[in-house]
Amino acid sequence: MPHIPLPEGVPGPRGPMLFRPETAEPMSEMAEVLMRGPSTLTLAERELIGMYVSAQNDCRYCQTIHGAVAAHHLGATEEQELLVQQIKCDPSTAPISPKLKALLKIAGHVQQGGKHVTAEDTVQAREQGATDLEIHDTVLIAANFCMMNRYVDGLATWTPDDPDFYRQRAANLAQHGYTGSASRS
Amino acid sequence: MPHITLPEGLPGITGPFAFRPETAKPMRALAEFLLRGPNTLSSADRELIATYTSSQNDCHFCQTSHGAAAAHHLGGPSELASNFALIAEIKRDFESAPISAKLKALLNIAGHVQQGGKRVTSDDIARARSEGATDTEIHDTVLIAAAFCMYNRYVDGLATWAPQEQEAYIPMGARMAHQGYVAAHVQNPAPTPEEVIA
Repeated sequence: MPHIPLPEGVPGPRGPMLFRPETAEPMSEMAEVLMRGPSTLTLAERELIGMYVSAQNDCRYCQTIHGAVAAHHLGATEEQELLVQQIKCDPSTAPISPKLKALLKIAGHVQQGGKHVTAEDTVQAREQGATDLEIHDTVLIAANFCMMNRYVDGLATWTPDDPDFYRQRAANLAQHGYTGSASRS
Repeated sequence: MPHITLPEGLPGITGPFAFRPETAKPMRALAEFLLRGPNTLSSADRELIATYTSSQNDCHFCQTSHGAAAAHHLGGPSELASNFALIAEIKRDFESAPISAKLKALLNIAGHVQQGGKRVTSDDIARARSEGATDTEIHDTVLIAAAFCMYNRYVDGLATWAPQEQEAYIPMGARMAHQGYVAAHVQNPAPTPEEVIA
């Protein structure tokens, strides 16, 4: 049960965001810019960074929904869902680009704390072709999920169990984004 | 040295804000509403929650600048020294600091949010309610603490530059307290050299 009375049947952060629309507005705008705005990182890469950080923070709602959105962007097959699981377990051995591996390493260090990110982490990312903007966005996506995960779990929001719920919602988010009315359903 | 090339001379978060204005806009708006928007929690209390969380995250820029903002909200220039002493005491051990039982209960929640969302317990919430905290105040405490877990990681994860000495943060804290996080900082994000020296 949530720590404060929230609208019923609304999963994850959407419950407290309906409770407090004044803070929901900038939070939604930020998610939209970071996760879906113009970027040289693909939509799938950004969702995978969000999923990975959420898994490290042990936030079941965020890691499941953003894993499902990533799988949706990658092609929505069972194979892509397995790839997402593989990345969650160990990005270093998953069949993904060296650049994405380097960015996930930075994201994992941000999750532990800002000071855990080393100059060597960013050198490695640059060697794999990452730009300053991509490194910036990776740090900020990871930091943003450290906020969202704490918001979701710190208020003990509702987390559905049915995997199909996440698949359907992911398709909706992939199509309509984080600011539209669909994201509040 | 910052991990990426940032505009020089802009302290802490204002460097990456200038580097990426698209994300700075909602981040500033969130800070403005959370710390200065209409609320039954005073701005001083909200800045103290931000300061305490930043201190637990060991973020020098955020704990010192928001500590200075809290000090300005708590009183005029003649009271700054005693306000800074109180803030140092809260950071060290808020349970024994001379603050309200309600603020202690909210700082207890914020400290648990900093450790991880699941660390917040029903007992933490019950304690805050028994000291008079409302649902919105509990919500805002959780979100301020969560938001500073983001801002702190943004500032340190990019290894931004920041002044070390507390004096540099006094004019910055006054601007944060009285002009806010949206308009004032866009126009004047950095302290002038005179302010840094002062």
